[in-house]
Amino acid sequence: MRNTFSEALYKAATANPDVYIVVADISPAGSMGKFRDQYPERFINVGVAEQSMIGICAGLALKGCQPFAYTIATFTLYRPFEMVRDDLCYQNLPVTVVGMGAGVIYSTLGGTHHTQEDIAIAGALPNMQIIAPCDPAECTEATLYCAQQRKGPIYLRLGKAGEPNFTDKAAVDPWQFGKLRYIKRGADVCILSYGIIMQKAMQLAEKFEAQGKSVSVVSCHTLKPLDIAGIEAALHRHKHVIVIEEHAPQGGLASRTKQVAWDTRAQCRLDTFTLQDAFIHNYGSHDELLAAHGLELGAIAARVGAGAAP
Amino acid sequence: MHDMTRRNFCDEAAARERCLRFRKRILDISQQVQALHIGSAYSCTEIVDCIYYGLMRRKPDGTSPDTFLMSKGHGCMIQYVVLEERGVLSREDLDLYCKPNGRLGCHPDYGNPGIEASTGSLGHGLSMAVGMALAERGRRTDGIIYTVLSDGEVQEGSTWEAVMMASSFGCSNLVAFVDNNDFQSLGRTSETHPSFYPLVDKFTAFGWETVEVDGHDSLAVFEAVTSRRGGRPFMVVAKTTKGKGVSYMENVPIWHYRSPSPKEYAQAAAELEKAAS
Repeated sequence: MRNTFSEALYKAATANPDVYIVVADISPAGSMGKFRDQYPERFINVGVAEQSMIGICAGLALKGCQPFAYTIATFTLYRPFEMVRDDLCYQNLPVTVVGMGAGVIYSTLGGTHHTQEDIAIAGALPNMQIIAPCDPAECTEATLYCAQQRKGPIYLRLGKAGEPNFTDKAAVDPWQFGKLRYIKRGADVCILSYGIIMQKAMQLAEKFEAQGKSVSVVSCHTLKPLDIAGIEAALHRHKHVIVIEEHAPQGGLASRTKQVAWDTRAQCRLDTFTLQDAFIHNYGSHDELLAAHGLELGAIAARVGAGAAP
Repeated sequence: MHDMTRRNFCDEAAARERCLRFRKRILDISQQVQALHIGSAYSCTEIVDCIYYGLMRRKPDGTSPDTFLMSKGHGCMIQYVVLEERGVLSREDLDLYCKPNGRLGCHPDYGNPGIEASTGSLGHGLSMAVGMALAERGRRTDGIIYTVLSDGEVQEGSTWEAVMMASSFGCSNLVAFVDNNDFQSLGRTSETHPSFYPLVDKFTAFGWETVEVDGHDSLAVFEAVTSRRGGRPFMVVAKTTKGKGVSYMENVPIWHYRSPSPKEYAQAAAELEKAAS
């Protein structure tokens, strides 16, 4: 996904001389090297100085530029939080704060490199918008959107590398900022998800389909502003709605969906699967860390009645 | 070196007159509110006056290719009264300072006329100024970014990040001032944090061209900036007195924020007049 981001950003920078990227000492993956070589004045490496990274982005934006701040998610959002809040959100500047490797992707690097509560934190900030693409194809759409929008700051939550595409060929809906996107549309079960854990949503859908059920899979890529009407429709048009997210239980898609369900008197069964409200002190692969918090396909399938193998 | 040809001159007598007028206006406004960072504004009165009236270039339509960012947001009262005199803010704006139907508060708010960035939390301004300087360079425009930091603000780690960025990126179009009044809420910085000094050496070590001047000497401030060698960011360590111009305010931390009583107001007004005569 980071290579896809780099390629899309390079394209955006080629089309628009006001696109800048301000990075904090992160290796230039994919087309980032091309960006650096061709537009050296617009590739700014601050070193390990994330507060300045955000402040410089604000200064660029105050002069009309379209900057992206880029490093690992914990260091773009948490470390310079007050700069994100005051410089970007309070002044409402069109700066994209790119959180690369969000969630617990950096599985063996430990809790200092995990972003388990970033949606809640970014979502609490007035003016902040949040996008979390589910695959590289959506990442391209989201990046190009960020590079031309002038509404205000965006937290762009990305994965890392090697994610499969689900939306490039057969998605029902096109990508549109602020709207739920049906990748599959069914009648019985609806799985709401975002980010790269979408892989598990797709696998779970296959399990339901093997049981003969008709399944919707929805990419809730825009977490803020959340498509409340879209969530309401999903809750009211399916008998069973499942939320899967790689985020703490509070302040993410699961809690928002429950809120909409209550507010709109939804009658469906609603199951939510999230990371726990706890740090992770064990190591292993990304999948093994998710499993430690219950985000494992077999366990989810068993809980929602899709346990039979396809 | 940037083109200096369109720069104004520094008329010392006129600067003295303006600064007296600005201090008196701030003193008057102090009687409408309980607090307004009067000591902090008096500390950098000559610096901000010099930036607006001496250093920033003016086009025939009154706009400037240069930018002033008040990093020490709590000193914004002086910026407000300068902007009022220049016709950017209205008398009504100042009359409604900190009032429910007004738009000016104790810290500058981006979106208000003449305010280039929201500040108030310390340690934000210099990085934003670096970003602005990089934008000017990227667009091949020749705007100079001026900013004023408080000395307390220089304790923020984020300020030092920006100090390192400005020189590493060769931001020769950035001119910063430290309003070095040596006072913070809990006393003299030279006593509470002696390692804070010497300041000039620190900025020089980070690659800035640096000078130290009397921050209440308008001509000295002006000449320090206009005679800079250039090619690097420029830092003026301006030695100042907090509450400058009013004897009971000078170097007394409570006047960082407090407004004078009517009796104190009368004494302050008399002292300001006397000093100017």
